[in-house]
Amino acid sequence: MHAIIEIGYLIATLSFLGGLKFMSSPKRAKTGNLIAALGMVLAVILTFFAGTTETVPYTNLIIMVLAITVGTLLGKRLSDKVQMTGMPQLVSLFNATGGGCAMLLGLMEANQIKTEITHFGNQVLLIAGLTTGAIALTGSIIAERKLAGTVKDKRGRAVIFSARILLALLLLLPTLYFLGFIPLDFMAFMYILAIIAMVYGVLFVLPIGGADMPVVISLLNSITGIATAFAGFVYGNKAMIAGGIFVGAAGILLTLLMCRAMNRSLLKVLAGTFKNNKTGQIEEDQQIKEISIPEAALTLSFVQKVAIVPGYGLAVAQAQHICAQLQQLLEKRNVSIDYIIHPVAGRMPGHMNVLLAEANVDYACLKEMEESNENMKQYDAVLVLGANDVVNPAAESNPNSPIYGMPIIRTHKAKQVIVVKRSMNKGYAGVQNELFGMDNCSILFGDAKTTLQDIVNQLKLL
Amino acid sequence: MDFITHHLQEIYFVLFCVFIGIEVIANVPAILHTPLMSGANAISGVILVGAILLMLRVPQDDYLNLTLGGIAVFLGTLNISGGFFVTGRMLKMFKPKK
Repeated sequence: MHAIIEIGYLIATLSFLGGLKFMSSPKRAKTGNLIAALGMVLAVILTFFAGTTETVPYTNLIIMVLAITVGTLLGKRLSDKVQMTGMPQLVSLFNATGGGCAMLLGLMEANQIKTEITHFGNQVLLIAGLTTGAIALTGSIIAERKLAGTVKDKRGRAVIFSARILLALLLLLPTLYFLGFIPLDFMAFMYILAIIAMVYGVLFVLPIGGADMPVVISLLNSITGIATAFAGFVYGNKAMIAGGIFVGAAGILLTLLMCRAMNRSLLKVLAGTFKNNKTGQIEEDQQIKEISIPEAALTLSFVQKVAIVPGYGLAVAQAQHICAQLQQLLEKRNVSIDYIIHPVAGRMPGHMNVLLAEANVDYACLKEMEESNENMKQYDAVLVLGANDVVNPAAESNPNSPIYGMPIIRTHKAKQVIVVKRSMNKGYAGVQNELFGMDNCSILFGDAKTTLQDIVNQLKLL
Repeated sequence: MDFITHHLQEIYFVLFCVFIGIEVIANVPAILHTPLMSGANAISGVILVGAILLMLRVPQDDYLNLTLGGIAVFLGTLNISGGFFVTGRMLKMFKPKK
């Protein structure tokens, strides 16, 4: 029996790995998700068998079956209801639940263990799992609320300072405890740590700016994974260790990718500092050319290759469906369309791809920044929809610019650029965009959705 | 030190997982980063296994731990089911042109 259970956990672990591996191609990703999910079901069922060798009280079983049923149904319902623009919120919320589970495990274990016989190393692991879980729990909830727009960034020095103190306490208190300076029993100590860690989670996410959300979400995801791995160590369960570490690795990798895409260090993102822009150094006398809707429609329909650069503006206006409509109309006129997507477009890594996929855009049309930058010259026209900083040539040409060094989509190298934006207000980085003053660039003022709709209507008339 | 030598096997295991995990995940293209993240999120719900193991040990009259454990099982399940369902829903949308 024991061997069967161990083999079962091995299969579950491999299924997690296979599931992630299959994510490397859009064709197999669906199968991958199914494989990982089946592995998870297997791991859960095995756990019941593994633990039920002695007589387990019926009450416990009933509570668990109820909790699992309600959890499954609620998870299904929430994921059926979510809009694709709301995806980052939901992922954060689910991440919070994982963190919460890890924290509760720490508390329960603290209620039950006898510190005299529990190994010191295991106590450290329990503390680590509890604190990381608690940080992921409240941090993800704040992230979710910020994405939903009900909690605003709080960059006060008090917030940042208290966060640092709490972090120091989280490292210091366990050390003092094990040295015997804190005369509390393990259980009371764990409850105190849980509270400190939860408050820290809140203060940690509060100062981080809205556009840095892709970084925070992947980081919190990673923290939950690490909490899972700590718990796995406590129970000596390899499926938990491996699953946790895969998630931790994925989260860290995406975090670093997002940081690189914004040319910002992780520390700067976490410190919440970005707004110290040097606007004084940029000349304000920019000659811009406006373009009208009929002109824009004509330009797009009488060329061969068009690229669309979708940005935050498109996501906010939920204009992805009209964008897909525009694509269909242009393709009927033998214009080929590519989408060029900056890694941080949207509010979590890869979010823009999901929005376009929702609008039935074929993924073969979605190009990554690096490959399209090399052949930018082949595009007769580029339509920039609500993206600002990611197409600003200053990132490459002006060492004084706050965004200098950030990888950008080199739309200025295309034959013609049409930028759709609502006003001449500055983007998130607060810098003027040199692109707008260039000869091959014209501006089409308006909200991404209404403007696209107008262009689509024009094209139907042509 | 004793702890480390005792758990050397696990430590090897962890290191291998780190390397394999990074290798596998680094190959995922940017277009699939959101499903990757929500799928990974669902996998971190394997913490549910720990919650069940604990719940199987809790005495019937230990109401505090039964409550905490019940909530933990609920949260873990929500993480798993929500994560996999939402990933599946996203991936269904990624279809090539007919």
